[in-house]
Amino acid sequence: MRDTPVITIRHLYKDYPTPAGSFPVLKDVNLSIYPGEFVAIMGPSGSGKSTFMNILGCLDRPTSGDYELSGKNIARLDKDATAKLRGQTLGFVFQGFNLLPRMSLEDNVALPLVYSDVPKTERQTRARQLLDKVGLAQYAASLPSRISGGQQQRVAIARALVNRPGLILADEPTGNLDSHTSEEIMTLFTSLNREGITIILVTHEPDIALHAGRQVRFRDGVIVQDMPTGCNHEEELAGAAP
Amino acid sequence: MMFTGMFHEAWSAMGANRLRTALTMLGMVIGVGAVVLMMAIGQGAQNAVKESIDSMGSNLFVVLSGSSMTGGVRSGSGNAPSLTTADAEAIGELPGIAASAPTHMGMAQLVHGSLNWNTTVYGVTPSYLDVRSWPIVAGDNFTESDLRSATRVALIGQSAAENLFAGEDPVGKTLRIGQAPFQILGVLGRKGQSLDGRDQDDLLIVPLTTAQRKLFGTPFQGSVRSIMVRVERAEVMPQVEIAINALLRQRHHLREGQENDFSVRDLTAIAESAAETTRVMSLLLGAIASVSLIVGGIGIMNIMLVSVTERTREIGIRMAIGAREIDVLTQFLLEAILISIAGCLIGLMLGVGSAVLIHLSTGVPIVISGSSAIVAFLVAAATGIFFGYYPARKAARLDPIEALRYQ
Repeated sequence: MRDTPVITIRHLYKDYPTPAGSFPVLKDVNLSIYPGEFVAIMGPSGSGKSTFMNILGCLDRPTSGDYELSGKNIARLDKDATAKLRGQTLGFVFQGFNLLPRMSLEDNVALPLVYSDVPKTERQTRARQLLDKVGLAQYAASLPSRISGGQQQRVAIARALVNRPGLILADEPTGNLDSHTSEEIMTLFTSLNREGITIILVTHEPDIALHAGRQVRFRDGVIVQDMPTGCNHEEELAGAAP
Repeated sequence: MMFTGMFHEAWSAMGANRLRTALTMLGMVIGVGAVVLMMAIGQGAQNAVKESIDSMGSNLFVVLSGSSMTGGVRSGSGNAPSLTTADAEAIGELPGIAASAPTHMGMAQLVHGSLNWNTTVYGVTPSYLDVRSWPIVAGDNFTESDLRSATRVALIGQSAAENLFAGEDPVGKTLRIGQAPFQILGVLGRKGQSLDGRDQDDLLIVPLTTAQRKLFGTPFQGSVRSIMVRVERAEVMPQVEIAINALLRQRHHLREGQENDFSVRDLTAIAESAAETTRVMSLLLGAIASVSLIVGGIGIMNIMLVSVTERTREIGIRMAIGAREIDVLTQFLLEAILISIAGCLIGLMLGVGSAVLIHLSTGVPIVISGSSAIVAFLVAAATGIFFGYYPARKAARLDPIEALRYQ
C-alpha cells in the first residue's frame, strides 16, 4: 500500500477489573493506519471504541499487545515520555471542546506550547496564525464563553494543531453540535487531511463518517468491518444504524 | 514548562476566585502577623532587661563587710568594720580582675542656694566609674591626687542634679553638705532605673578618703563598707569568687571553721535570671503564635484540596495536551507558595504595624529585627511547600481519562 504505518496495533487486549472478575473490552484488535489517512472509528456504545481511542491517545495502556506510534512502542515508555508524545505527536479534539474557561482563546491555543518549552513570542505568533486559519482571529482575546459551540470546537482544533502534530484524534467532535455546524467542522477536518495530517475520528453518526476515507467498525471489542468509504457502504450503514 | 508561564498560570488561578484566595491568605496573614508581633514584643522585653543589666555594669561582684554585733544587737551586712582599702587593692591584684573599687557610702543632706536634697553619697576611688561602666557627660572625674589629699570635690548624678540645680549647669558650682562646701567637677551620664526600680541617678560621688575622713567617719583608718569588683570575662566569675573568698579569709586571719566576716555577691546573677525569664516568655509567645501559622497552613491545604477537585477536568485537559506530572505538581505547588508568600507579606506589614501601634499607645518596648522578618518569610514559603505538596501531588497523580470524564 503506502510507506510505513504511523500506527500499528497488534493483538491488542484490554481488560477492566470488575468485582465479578476482569471484563474484556478489547479482544485481539489488529490495525494499521498510514500517514495521510482519514479514518472514522464507528460502533455502538460499549463496543470498545472509546477505550481504543484512549489507548491510541496514550491516555490508557493496553493489557497486552503492541501499539507502535511513529515507530515507538508505547508500552515501553514511562509516564513522562507518553506525556511528551501526547503533547508533540498527537492533537486531541474532544466532544465537549474542553477549552480552559479562564483563559483567552489565544492562550488556550498556545497552552500545549507552554508544556513543550516554546518561547512566549513564538507561542503567541503560532496561536494567532492558527486562530486565523480557523477563522477566529478577531476573538483572540475573548474568553471561550463568549463564542458559540462550533467556534469553540474550531478553537479546540487550532489548539490540537499548534504543536504541528502528524496525527489528530477526534472523539465525537460533532456530538454537541447541530448538523450545519457539524458540517463546517468536518469540512475543516477534510481540508486539514488534504494538507497531509492523519485524522482518526470516533463517531456514531453515519453521515459524519462519510467524510472519512476509511471506516473501521467495532462491536463487542473486536473490529467487525474495515473498509474504504465507497460503493455499497450505504447498505452496510443502514443495517448498522440503531 | 517554563517558570514565567507557570507563574502567570498560578496568578490567574488565584485571581479566578478572589474571595477564596483572600480568605485562604487570611490564615497566613494572622499567623505571620502574630509571630512578628510576638517576636517584636518578646525581643523588646529582652532588650529592656539587657539594658538594665548593662546600666548596672556587667560581670560585677560586690564584696560587703559582715555584720557587727553590739550587746546582742546585730546590724545588717556592710556595717562591721572588716573591709579596708588595702583589701580592695589586694583583690585588684588577683588574676582575671578588670578593676576593683572600694566604696564607703552614707546618706547626706545636700544644699545649694535655696534648694536641698537628701541622697546617697558614695566615697569611691577614680576607678569606680570604670567598674560601673559609667560615663561623665559634663566636666571631669576627680584624680588620684584628690583621693590622696581628701579634697572636697564631687560628681553628681542626673536626678540629684535636677533636684538641686533645677536646670542650671552644675559643673563648677559649689554645694554644701552640713557646713562643708563641695565643688562639682562633673555630671554623670543617665543610667535609669535599676532592676529593682531604684533610681540609679540619684547620687553624689566623692573621693573615698573624703567620705572616710570628712563626711561619715570610719571605725579605723582605711575602713570601707563594700568593694565593687569587675571581672574581665563572665566565664571566670566562679573562679574569681573562690579566689576573693580565699584571699580575704587569709587577709582577715580567719581560722578554719570560722565564719566569713564579709560576703561576696554576684550582682549579675539576679539580672541573668531576669533575662532568662524574659527569654522563656518570648519563646512561649513565639510558640503560641506559631500554632496560628500552622492553622493557616492547614487552611491552605484545605483550599488547595478543594481547588484540585474542582479543577479535575482542567488537569485532565492539561495532561491530554502534554503536561507531565511534574508540570501539574509545580503548578499547584506554586499556587500554594504564592498564596503563603502574599499572606506572609501582608501579615508582616500587619504585625509590624500593630507592634508599632501597641508601642505608641502603651509604651511597651518593641524590637523589630530584619532577621525575624526573614524567618517569617522562610517559614511562610516552607508552610506553602509543606501544606501545598499533598494537594499538588494528588493533582499530579490523577488519571487523565478519569479527569477528562469528570463533570
